[in-house]
Amino acid sequence: MPDLGISVLFRGINFQRLLLGLWVTLRIALITIGVSLVLGLLFGLLMLRKNRLSRGFCRLWLEIVRFMPQLVLLYLVYFGFARLFGWNLDGELSAVLVFSFWGTAEMGDLFRGALTSIPKHQRESAAALGLTRAQINRYILLPQTARRLLPQAINLSTRIIKTTALVKMINVTEVLKVGQQIIGQYYREPAAAFWVYAAVFLLYFLICWPISLLAGWLEKRYQDGPAAGAA
Amino acid sequence: MKRWIRGIALALALVLVLASAAAAEGFRTLDEIRESGKITIGLFHDKKPFGYVDEYGEYQGYDVYLARRLAQDLGVELEIVAVDAPNRIEFLQSFKTDVILANFTYTAERAEQVDFALPYMKVALGVVSPDGALITDVEQLKGKKLIVSKGTTAETFFEQNYPEVQLVRYDSYTDAYLGLLDGRGDGLSTDNTEVLAWAIENPGFSVGIESLGSLDTINPAVSKGNETLLAWINEEIRKLGEENFFHADYEATLRETYGENADADALVVEGGVI
Repeated sequence: MPDLGISVLFRGINFQRLLLGLWVTLRIALITIGVSLVLGLLFGLLMLRKNRLSRGFCRLWLEIVRFMPQLVLLYLVYFGFARLFGWNLDGELSAVLVFSFWGTAEMGDLFRGALTSIPKHQRESAAALGLTRAQINRYILLPQTARRLLPQAINLSTRIIKTTALVKMINVTEVLKVGQQIIGQYYREPAAAFWVYAAVFLLYFLICWPISLLAGWLEKRYQDGPAAGAA
Repeated sequence: MKRWIRGIALALALVLVLASAAAAEGFRTLDEIRESGKITIGLFHDKKPFGYVDEYGEYQGYDVYLARRLAQDLGVELEIVAVDAPNRIEFLQSFKTDVILANFTYTAERAEQVDFALPYMKVALGVVSPDGALITDVEQLKGKKLIVSKGTTAETFFEQNYPEVQLVRYDSYTDAYLGLLDGRGDGLSTDNTEVLAWAIENPGFSVGIESLGSLDTINPAVSKGNETLLAWINEEIRKLGEENFFHADYEATLRETYGENADADALVVEGGVI
């Protein structure tokens, strides 16, 4: 009886609960991506400074982010801050803080990489044509950087969306946690687990797929005309 | 380059240690909870029938039933925090919840980190076997094959106390139960709550031994040192015992799982008296 399993999705308000959980997932991810984009650009610029102190600071930040599992960081902020400083942050805020801390560093590094990958002659030719520094940045460097950054930035965004699944460990009821609650309730129907996870998979897919399509479309669009971004 | 990174890391660690030393006792006393008008209780959200969320998004189960009553008798609102087994202690140690009621088994090791109140449930081992050759006494198992899951209390209990019982070990519960259905053993042993529920689902099998081995108790827990709250919960559990509250809780939440014939006293503890 295959329908025995799938029907659990529609008992009571189970499906609305999953969608509500998805909204929590999206909310955390979108805020995080927004913060990471803005702070990431600043972080990238900071990384490019010649100053040893600012470069060292960025490197330390980036290394912490790379070596610490996200879950440990979440625990550190959610439980650790309450324990050490008495800051009782709620789960969602902790999640946004941790993921932004991560996203900022990663986005910054991508931005730095994209910017430094632009051949030196681009800047020099522009200068030779008599463009000012601001004009070089605006019309020559920024469009090319954006084009190189785009695929990676979108890749990072989908990674952020998927990583939000961890926040169920700090009392945030996002889509996966709702799924587990539904499975937990119908533990006598083994097929329920399959259908619930299939539904969760589908919901993640429905979010990440359009983003991926958008990335492909943007990439293609920018490739057709090299200066299209500057227009 | 590496040296100053280490220096900064050391400085950070020092700050954290100092800050932790400076952090005041963060738990909320009974009076503070009353004043705030809200008690936060950590409950399971996916462990039916003890703590779970039903299809309307409402918390239900044996633990939840008690949590609601505690809040009601304290005259405050109940705020439920969904916890998972591995982080239950953490929620108390970081004062994110006032009480944990997530089917928390008492162990000496845990008692060093949190304070346990009086028990409200008990768990022991049970043995399920086919009706045709029902095992009702552990002596009957000698020289026979008993199915267990690796790493469970059942495995260690029989290894230590009944070495003459032949153990058939499986990696997962699912495989162990399948083994019993296939006749690869004369019986199967694990937590009595588990075998009782399983026997109901599987006609032809019964739990001949309902309670075996050292009894584990399930207790509410509070942050280490929160004496006022602990004393109130203990007093409350004694009072609830007088009205047979936990039997009513059993009927409301567990009866459906364990069936008409199950003996509530195999699980329920009234008034904290085992």
